[in-house]
Amino acid sequence: MKKSKKKIINSRVFRVLTARKSVVVCMIILAILIFAAIFAPLVSPYDPYKQNLKNMLQHVSLQHLFGTDAMGRDVLSRIIYGGRVSFTVGLVSVLIAGSIGMILGLIAGMSGGVIDAVIMRIMDAMMSVPMIIMALFLGSIFGKGLGNICLAIGISMVPSYARLTRGQVLSIKESDYVTAGTLFGASNIKNAITHIFPNSVSPNIVLMTMNLGNAILNEAALSFLGMGINPPTASWGGMVNDGYKYMTSNPVIAIAPGAFIMIVVLCFNMVGDALRDALDPKLRGTFGRKHKLVGKVDVKKN
Amino acid sequence: MADNLLEIKDLSVEYDTEIATVYAVNGLSLNLKNGETLGLVGETGAGKTTTCLSIMKLLPEGIGQVTGGSIILDGHDMVNIHEEEAQKLRGNVVSMIFQDPMSSLNPVMAVGDQIKEVLKIHNKDISEEELNKKVDDMMELVGIPANRKNEYPHEFSGGMKQRIVIAIALVCEPKLILADEPTTALDVTIQAQMLGLINDLQQRLNTAMILVTHDLGVVAQTCENVAVMYAGEVIESGSAEQIFGAQKMHPYTRGLFNAIPKLDEDTPRLETIEGMIPDPTVKVEGCRFAERCKFATDHCKVNPPVVEVEPSHFIKCHLFADENNGGNQ
Amino acid sequence: MGDKILVEAKDLKKYFKTSKGMLHAVDGVNFKIPQGKTLGVVGESGCGKSTLGRLLLHLHDATGGKIIYDGIDITDYKPKDMKELRKKMQMIFQDPSASLDPRLDVQDLIGEPLKNFKACNSKEEYIERVHEIMKTVGLADRYAQSYSHELDGGRRQRIGIGRALAMNPEFIVCDEPVSALDVSIQAQVLNLLMDLQEDKNLTYMFITHDLSVVKHISHAIMVMYLGQCVEYAETKELFQNPLHPYTVGLLDAVPVPSISGKKLSTQVMRGELTSPIEPKPGCRFAPRCPYATEACKGQNIPLYEVSQGHFAACVKYAK
Repeated sequence: MKKSKKKIINSRVFRVLTARKSVVVCMIILAILIFAAIFAPLVSPYDPYKQNLKNMLQHVSLQHLFGTDAMGRDVLSRIIYGGRVSFTVGLVSVLIAGSIGMILGLIAGMSGGVIDAVIMRIMDAMMSVPMIIMALFLGSIFGKGLGNICLAIGISMVPSYARLTRGQVLSIKESDYVTAGTLFGASNIKNAITHIFPNSVSPNIVLMTMNLGNAILNEAALSFLGMGINPPTASWGGMVNDGYKYMTSNPVIAIAPGAFIMIVVLCFNMVGDALRDALDPKLRGTFGRKHKLVGKVDVKKN
Repeated sequence: MADNLLEIKDLSVEYDTEIATVYAVNGLSLNLKNGETLGLVGETGAGKTTTCLSIMKLLPEGIGQVTGGSIILDGHDMVNIHEEEAQKLRGNVVSMIFQDPMSSLNPVMAVGDQIKEVLKIHNKDISEEELNKKVDDMMELVGIPANRKNEYPHEFSGGMKQRIVIAIALVCEPKLILADEPTTALDVTIQAQMLGLINDLQQRLNTAMILVTHDLGVVAQTCENVAVMYAGEVIESGSAEQIFGAQKMHPYTRGLFNAIPKLDEDTPRLETIEGMIPDPTVKVEGCRFAERCKFATDHCKVNPPVVEVEPSHFIKCHLFADENNGGNQ
Repeated sequence: MGDKILVEAKDLKKYFKTSKGMLHAVDGVNFKIPQGKTLGVVGESGCGKSTLGRLLLHLHDATGGKIIYDGIDITDYKPKDMKELRKKMQMIFQDPSASLDPRLDVQDLIGEPLKNFKACNSKEEYIERVHEIMKTVGLADRYAQSYSHELDGGRRQRIGIGRALAMNPEFIVCDEPVSALDVSIQAQVLNLLMDLQEDKNLTYMFITHDLSVVKHISHAIMVMYLGQCVEYAETKELFQNPLHPYTVGLLDAVPVPSISGKKLSTQVMRGELTSPIEPKPGCRFAPRCPYATEACKGQNIPLYEVSQGHFAACVKYAK
């Protein structure tokens, strides 16, 4: 029974996600880019590290679709490999932020009183610092490198999840169905696990997809400032940093990675939007079935 | 019927959403004279609110549309009218009161200003002084001291908010007022006050009124005439005496009456109407009530005729058509 | 009568702290509900009837007074002590959409109490029991995997009733269970509740603002106003002979679906509810009462037994 239920849920979610063409296009773009990032060695035309100073700052040509950078390295290859960094940072930092944030928010919302106040004040303090400065600060503590960057960016994003979850928890706590849970013998903890937490997750998931874009931008900024990924590892932010000096002579080397950042952020935002719709339990079961309608009108299920 | 303020003939309204098409109103006809009060009765999904919105040409843009029939209000064709023309009529010739007073009022605008706003739109030449006087008069008329006109909606109780909504609706002395479940959200004792007020004002200003409700008690106490709606059409209409007189009734109407626990009678067990209202996304041939009707026959596969069982009492049902040898159509 | 008194309240009070002072939601309520019978609690918004229901179920802690269930004083019970009792005392909520977790399907919703109380020994037993309950409340088997928002109000309320019945309770607080339903569905649900009461000897506290509904289903009725009981009598007696001016006004205000006789309320109750925050001593209905005198102010009016089993809190009946 459970397996088939999972299948049904997945297919409904899938149907909602595919309801709008623009969202489908975004998902395809993301899929292509992620695929390319994963299979970079197979897809990339050149070795991203191979320097060829004789070939430096080449313009766009058939051999080098985005030209070459100051060290003669193929820009397209570096973009493909750079995708690995960007997507990893995006995903990992958002997962870190989401999980820590949701747990903190749940504890704060359920406990109330002193614990709530302490947690929230810490979150407030963190939020008062601009995210990039926070990330820089944490980066300086943890040091450079992919893992530490993820940690730094992730932690800097925790407060928004904590706040969001806490708000959700506070309002869901008062729902009749949670009261019903109490009447059915559930303890506070059981209510939190069975009812409150599952119903507070979906806005967090949406926030995570939106934040994916942000995280990538933050990595780009950190790398741009020299605090991010160590060279010679390709990263989109780092490439913008390097290429920025040549904006007048060879703008492609900076614009190309920048464009990819923009595309990925946009696509994640679109998908995040659709995901929110998909995860809304009230919309479950209606998409894709044109002859059924849920809403104010009472409808008989067939 | 030259003195009909409102004539709706065979109205059909659809909602075209991404998911499905909802046939909200299907062939509805009704007439209303100046100064007449009509109770529009029906349960959820009957199409009452949609009908009111269509009269005011306020169907949600792009989604709701009139797909057939006509609405003539005070000589104006409300189906094909231009938006600018319609705006001149709204608030002026026809007004609407909604169910929830909490959301009908602008929370950041003083109540007096909200009443004044309507006046200003339709009376561009009146002086500020005269406007203020009208606002004061209106507030007193609905039972709110005029010196409260600079207060904000949240400073009033539910009942008082609804009075303000009524004031806004009536200040331009419209010919027709559409009251969509105006007292459903109110306590019984406040409801009584509100109904008394609405009755009083309606008589004083000789405004025609369509009172939409699911509460047969409210209808009995305030309306001259009644129209019962089911699944997007009027299945019975007549004077209140005729409808409540229990002589001849549409099976649905009878079912409704039997399902209500009565204050003045002892009913050990309530009679129910089996089943559910039909799926509004499916077009049905024939009588839409047939699947739930105790008296359904094969005849019911054909759309029933409207039969005049007594003068001005119409029932849309085959049961009465057979009696009257075909009846009117 | 010899009926065992299942639920009793003695001078029950519940106050809430607000920024403006103490809100007297329930202020000294007394009643006894015999097993197998229904006590109707009637009143308008702000009278405290919902709070009263939740108090009895220990969803709030009482500020004062006693709650006695089956002879035992449960007023000071902690959540731990309540756990066993929860099987016997349940609630049906007003808004079926808000009281059902939108993420769970019908089977999970009805099964929740069974799981929490570990009532079934195997998965098969659990599913069987869920289907049994669905049958009892008139929900077809095919809805087991449906979600509540896919069903209409009547069916959702049946889920609510089914859940409440899952552990075979003795006492159910019905908090406006039919107010959100259409008339024809309302009748179905009321009939169901009455049938269940007969079959299982259930005891109900039926909270509503609808006088015709409460008349239909209750054996005795308590009329509440601003946290206090203003009248208490057996159903028939209350409607034939309403004593308290508020009850009279309330009955008068109900629009009757009939043309003959009664036209719209001649004595429309004027004014609105006064504030339940820090109320002054004296009759709380006095500001709106057409018969108010000096005697109504200054000190609280007790319930006078005007005739056998018929109580009213009005100075008119002071002996």
